[in-house]
Parts: sequence; structure tokens; C-alpha cells
Amino acid sequence: MYEIVEGFLEAIRLIVTLDPNVMAIAVRSIIISLTATIIASLFAIPLGAAINFGTFPGRKSLINLIQTLYSLPTVIVGLLIFLLISRVGPFGFMRLLFTPTAMIIAQTVLIIPIMTGLTISALSGVDPVIRDTLRSLGATKLQFLTNVIKEARFAILATVAVGFGRAISEVGAAILVGGNIAAASFASSTRVLTTAISLETSMGNISQSIALGIVLLVIALGVNLAIAAVQHR
Amino acid sequence: MIELENVSKYFGDTRVLDGVTGKVNRGEIFAVIGPSGSGKSTLLRLIDLLDTPTGGTIRVDGTDIHTEHEKSLSVRRMMGMVFQKPAVFNATVAENIAVGLRFRGADKNKIDARIKEALDLVGLGGYGQRRARTLSGGEMQRVALARAMVIEPEILLLDEPTANLDPVSVAMIEDLVVRINRDLGTTIVFSTHDMYQGQRLAHRLGVLMNGVFAQVGTPREVFTLPASREVARFVGIENIVEGVVVSENGTSAVDAGGIRIRARSPFGAGEAICLCIRSEDIRIAPAIRGRRVFDGNILPGTVTSVVPRGPFSKVTVDCGFSLSSILSWKKVDDLNLREGREVVVSFSPESVHVVRRE
Repeated sequence: MYEIVEGFLEAIRLIVTLDPNVMAIAVRSIIISLTATIIASLFAIPLGAAINFGTFPGRKSLINLIQTLYSLPTVIVGLLIFLLISRVGPFGFMRLLFTPTAMIIAQTVLIIPIMTGLTISALSGVDPVIRDTLRSLGATKLQFLTNVIKEARFAILATVAVGFGRAISEVGAAILVGGNIAAASFASSTRVLTTAISLETSMGNISQSIALGIVLLVIALGVNLAIAAVQHR
Repeated sequence: MIELENVSKYFGDTRVLDGVTGKVNRGEIFAVIGPSGSGKSTLLRLIDLLDTPTGGTIRVDGTDIHTEHEKSLSVRRMMGMVFQKPAVFNATVAENIAVGLRFRGADKNKIDARIKEALDLVGLGGYGQRRARTLSGGEMQRVALARAMVIEPEILLLDEPTANLDPVSVAMIEDLVVRINRDLGTTIVFSTHDMYQGQRLAHRLGVLMNGVFAQVGTPREVFTLPASREVARFVGIENIVEGVVVSENGTSAVDAGGIRIRARSPFGAGEAICLCIRSEDIRIAPAIRGRRVFDGNILPGTVTSVVPRGPFSKVTVDCGFSLSSILSWKKVDDLNLREGREVVVSFSPESVHVVRRE
């Protein structure tokens, strides 16, 4: 019990003094997961729109498949990307294994299904009368799409937040393809909040783990508060 | 301007429209009236290219709008539509109204000027910067009307635009519809289940029933000379009596359950018909024996009910079949009308409209 209290106090000190090690890991986590979220958005939002407004055979099954992939285990994604980019894999020549890029790829793949699915929900949630109104006002196909997305902007923003939350909080893929490396340079290190917590805890550095855990929580909470603030404006 | 030729629309096995034929002339207000679920909205959606007909042709200025796909955007841009459910974009009122103009690539100065004009037109001057979602239903519907009008459509389609609104908003929208048509010459097609609204606003109306126009004509024609028993019932004719045409000394007469009624009808002897008599045309008098000065239908009967209706009372008399009349409260008191009282009912042959019974 004493250890936990002491660890907690030490964690507060690390955060308040902006401990360089903790901050570096936090900033790296944000950069990697934010990049993954942006890339995933570029795929998931247009894909979600195409599936929502498209009429093609197997549309319902595809939506079901996407929804099933919401619970895609992170280690499975990690394993898949690992196999693809390891030395013997088809993309081994790119030397991506144990780099931040590999982590971005893994997180992107991980969150595309949930972001696509939630985009479909967001767009299908737009009032049919609004859609009819856009068409009756003489919208071209592109004007129609951009305006429906605009109308669903808050729900889509929430989708992005969910994607970011899942990316920054996952540990399985990050450790498999990132390797939790603390290299000399910031850019080639792959130690992020989740992998660091995992490592520090196993090494008995409870205070370090708690500090990193608090930072992770604050980031997740901050993103959601920011989204809520925009939605209620 | 708009020609409908045998237009049909099925949703699965449900036939919503089953051969609608009619024509809307340039510059007129045309009302599509009919009971709920008769396909009024579907017809307007087909005209606005929001749905595809199962069969038939819709032509706008001679263009078959559902086959000439390369023209569909330009055809749709000739039209504006307001829907039954007030719906606004999640933006300011001004941004809502600007949408159609922005789609057409209008420049900012023109958009600003038009928004101001449109807001003044619908009585929402100064509302430009308000969030549209915070408005009342009636105000939202006026924004929807302004949004459809800024693009200066040649045809304005209104799908039950006042169905869910308060009486003040209804009066305001009705007034706008008349002014838009009169001042801008816009052809207006609107649907309503309120036959009196159809009567107030329309130059001509089409009664949509069982998937077809049961009758198309001026409000006066439809209300006084309904084409069928269903139309008669829909336009509020309360006395519909079944009978058979018989000849009687060269004048037209109808046998209604053993009672002779004089009426003018184009039908020959032996034809099954319905007599349509408006309540306002039926008089009720005390049963006094003596000379008959009135050269029409005079039927003795017994009052079966007296029901208040607004400032009037509806008095129903059984004279072999039921007939209802509308009387002022004072008249009801003067005649001492109550259940069981013996009276005579009278109406002229001219006030009887005869339709074929199907």
C-alpha cells in the first residue's frame, strides 16, 4: 500500500516538473497516434461515404464485416503488420520493422474499420429530408456529398476522436511492430505511453508507470473534452 | 408546363400511383388534394426527380425528365421544393438560404443581396445570423420557403407545407404562396389533405385517390360537381344517397329506397347512381299539413340528432334515409328542433348532384 501512495506522489512530481523522459514519451505517443488518425481519416471518411451512399451487391454484408472488425484484436493487427514488414516478409526490404512508421501503419490499419463504420452511422443519421433538400436545391453529386458530410460534421468529429482514442491506448500492435525501443534520437525511438507503462511495471518502476498512466488518461480526457466543447458550441 | 402521362410508382407490391394523367399550366397554382397515403408526396417527389417512376412519363417544358439524364440537373435546377417536415441545415439562417445559390456558383454580393430580399419576403428580416435550429417550426418552414425561392425557380413544389404548423404560420405561408405566384409568376404545385386549403389557394386542383386523379378541375367544379362518390365524400358533401334513375313524366326522377326524388341527371332510366346534396342546401321546416308552395323535393321525417358544430348545429333527419342540414343555433331554437320531432325536409332538384354508382 505504501508503495502505491509513494509511487503516486512521485508520479505527480514527474508530471509537475515536466520530467524530460515522461514528456518525450507522451509527445511521441501523440505524434504517432495523431498521424495514424489523420491517415485513417483520409481513408475511412471517403470509404464510409462511398459505402453509405453506394448501391452495390453485398453492401449489407460489408457493413456487418466492418462492424465485426471494430473488435479487431490489436495483437492480431500487430502480428499481421509484423509478418508483412519483417525481414522475410514481402515489404521487408523497406526496413520498417521497429520504427515509428511501422507503428503508424499498424494503428492506421487498426482504426480504419471503426472509423469507417462510425462514419457510415454518422452519415446515415442525417435527416432524409436534409438529403432531399440538398438534391432539390440542385446539388451536384460532389456538392451533395460534401454538404451531407458537413451536416454530419459533429458525429464525424466524434468518430475521429474514437479513432484517436483507440490508437493511443492500444499496446499489442505497438509493442510487436515498434519494439519499445528507447534509442538515442527522439525520431528513431518507438517507446510510447502504453509500451512504456508495460515495461516500467514489469521492472517494478511503479511511480514511472503511474505517471505515464496519468498522462495517457489526461490526453484521452482532453481530446474528448475538446470534442464536446466544439459540439456544444 | 408539367405533363403527367400515365405515371405510376410501385414500392414493392404496393401501388402508390397507378396511372396519373394530368397537366399543370404555366403560372398557375395547382393543388394535389387527397386523403393521407394517397400518394401526393410521391407524385411531387417524382416531379422533383427525387424518385423514379415505375411507369409513365413526366414532361417539363416538353423534356421527358426521367429519361433525358444529361438534362436532369438543369431540370431540377428549374425547380424548388419545400417538404412537409420543416428541416434546416445546422448553420445560420443566412447560410441556409445561401445553399442553392452557392451550388450555382453565385458571387458573394449577389448572395448577400438575395438573402436579404428573401428574408424580408418571408417576414424574417434580421434573422440572418440566428442559428436555424433554434427557430420554431413555422419559422423553419419559412426559411425553407426562402431557401427554395432565392434560386428563382420556375416551378415551386410544396409538399404539405403547412401540415404540422400553428394557424398563424399556416396563414402566413398561404399568403406567401399567393404572393409568390402573383408577383413572380412562379408555377406552384402543392399537396394538401386539407380540402379547404386547396380551395383557398389553387386555381385548379387534382383529387388523388386510389393512385389516380379521380377528378381535375377548378375548386368550384370539384366542390359542387364531384366526379364520384369518393370525391364527394372527400370534399365534404355529407348527404350521399344511393338510388336508381326512373323516368317520371319526362322529368328526371330517382328512386331512393322507395322514395321519389326529383333531380337533374344525365343518366338514363335504370342506372344505379348516388345523389350528392350539400348540407347547406337542405332546409328543415316544422311538419305543418296544408298546401305545398315549394316546387321541389319535400320529405317528411323525424329528427334523429342535433350536434353542435362551431357556430352552427348539424341536424340529422330520418326520412327513409338520413339527411343532414346545417342550421344556426337560433334557427334550431326557433324551430324547437330536438330528437324525435316531426319535420319536413326540402331541397330543390338543382341542388342535387348525381354521380354514377360504381
